[in-house]
Amino acid sequence: MANEFIQTYVEKKTGIIQLDRPQAANALNRQMVDEIVEQMERFDRDDSIRVIVVKGNEKAFAAGADIDEMMDDSPLSLELTNPFAVWDRMMLIKKPVIAAVNGFALGGGFELALHCDLIVAAENASFGFPEVTLGVMPGAGGTQFLTKAMGRAKALEWIWLGQQMSAREALHYGVINRVVAPEMVKEETMRLAHQLAGQAPVAVRLIKEAVDEAVDTPLEDGLKLERKNFYLAFASQDQKEGMKAFTEKRSPSFKGV
Amino acid sequence: MEAEFETITYEQSKGVARIVLNRPSAFNAFTEVMNKEIIKALKTASKDSEVRSIVITGEGKAFCAGEDLGGVDENTNHADFLRNRYHPMVKAIKQTEKPIVAAVNGTAAGAGMSLALVADFRLVQPETKFVSAFMSIGLIPDSGFLYMLPRLIGYAKALEVAVLGKPITGEEAKELGLATEVIQSSEWEDGVAQFSEKLADMPTQSISLVKRYMIDGMNSTFEDLLEKEAQAQRIAGQSHDHREGLQAFKEKRKPSFIGN
Repeated sequence: MANEFIQTYVEKKTGIIQLDRPQAANALNRQMVDEIVEQMERFDRDDSIRVIVVKGNEKAFAAGADIDEMMDDSPLSLELTNPFAVWDRMMLIKKPVIAAVNGFALGGGFELALHCDLIVAAENASFGFPEVTLGVMPGAGGTQFLTKAMGRAKALEWIWLGQQMSAREALHYGVINRVVAPEMVKEETMRLAHQLAGQAPVAVRLIKEAVDEAVDTPLEDGLKLERKNFYLAFASQDQKEGMKAFTEKRSPSFKGV
Repeated sequence: MEAEFETITYEQSKGVARIVLNRPSAFNAFTEVMNKEIIKALKTASKDSEVRSIVITGEGKAFCAGEDLGGVDENTNHADFLRNRYHPMVKAIKQTEKPIVAAVNGTAAGAGMSLALVADFRLVQPETKFVSAFMSIGLIPDSGFLYMLPRLIGYAKALEVAVLGKPITGEEAKELGLATEVIQSSEWEDGVAQFSEKLADMPTQSISLVKRYMIDGMNSTFEDLLEKEAQAQRIAGQSHDHREGLQAFKEKRKPSFIGN
C-alpha cells in the first residue's frame, strides 16, 4: 500500500509523517487524510516507535482542504460519504503526536495540527480558519478544538473573521507549544520528540489519556481515571526501574513495559 | 536587473542594492505609489542572491519629507491611512533579512524620519536634519517611530524629540547614537558606497539573525533571548561563512564570506 500524498520515515524511536503534496501547498484531500490516519495507526501499533511527528515542508504545513474535491458536494453526498469521520480515529492514537509547522496551517491543515498533542511552529508560521470567507465553516473539528484551546471569545473572533493568527499570538493563547526559528523547526521538533521518547512510554500514554479526560469529563470522573491510571503505572517494570534509579541516584532506562 | 519604477530608482552593483527616492521637486515626499514601489524594490533586493546590503537614500537635497500633506484633509481616516499605506512599507523594511542602510543625505521629516529609524543603520551628513514634525501639525509620530526611537536613543531623549520636535542635526544624531557615521557632503557618495560595500562583504546570514532577534529581544526576558541566541547560533554555526571564518583564522588570512 504505497502512499501517494505522504512520506514516512523513522528517526531513532520517532515515526515521521511528512505531508507531500507540494504543488498544492499540502492541501488535504480525502485520500491524503486516509493515508495520514492509517500511518498514525501503524506507528501506534509499532513497538519500536514511541513518538509520532507530523510535518509539512518549508512553505506550508498544510494550507487547507482540497476545495476542488468538495465544490460539487451536496448535503446528501457528504452524509453518505461522511468524509470527516476518519478524523475521529486520530483521537484514538495513544502515543504522543507532535505537529511541526513551517509556513501555513490553514483550515483543514490547522485542524490536523490541532488533532496533534503538541505543536511546534516557526516564528513566521501562520494559523487560521479562512472557511468563512468561502461561505462555509470548519468541519473537521476546528470549532471544537480551537475553542477548547483558546476559549470561546477568542475562538469566535478568529473563526468569524477568517484572519490568520501569527505563531506569537497562537503561543500567547496556548494554542501551540513552542515557537522557534523557521530554520530550526525540524531540529527542535526532533529534540522534543527524542526527549519524549526517552520518558517511560507506559506513563506517557497513561498521562495522555488522563489529560484528555480533563477536557470534557466532570472533575470527579477525571480524578477517578487519574487515580486508576496512577495505580496502573505500578504494573509496569518502568515504574520499578524509575524509582530504583531515583534512589540509586542514576538515570533510569525505560523499556516501555 | 533594472525594474520599472516611477517614484524611485533601483540599481544594484558590488553586492549593494540602491533604492533612491526620486521625487526631488517634492523633497521626495511619499505618495501611495512610492510606498508600494519601496516594498517592491525590497522584494527584488531580497530575492537577488547577488545583493547583500541595501541602501535607501534620496535624490536631490532632501532624504524624504514624509507624507505629502496635499493628500490629507479632514475626511482622512488616519488609522486606515497608516494601516493601508505606511505599515506594509515599514514592516517590509523590518522584515527584510538583508541589512538596510538609510543614507540620510538631507532632511528626513515626519514619516521620512520613521523610514530612517526603521532601517538598520543611518549614515548622515553634517547638514542632515531629522525633524519629527508631527507635533507641529497636531499629530503623533507614527510608522514605527514610537517603537524604534526609544530603543535607539533611550526614552527620555526620544520623548524630547517626539514632543519638543527640535530638529536633530547630523552631528547631534551621531552623538545621540542615532547615526553610525557622519560623512562630509564632499565625500558622501564614496563614504556611503564604502560603508555599504563593507557590509555586503560580511556574513550576511549572521547579520540577518542579529537583525531578526536583537531589537524585538528588547521586549523579551533574559531566558527567552538566551534560547533565541542558541537557535540562531545553531543556524549560523552550520553556515559556510562560519567554516570560512574559522579556516581563515587558522590560516591567518582575511576571510572571504559568501553570505550564507
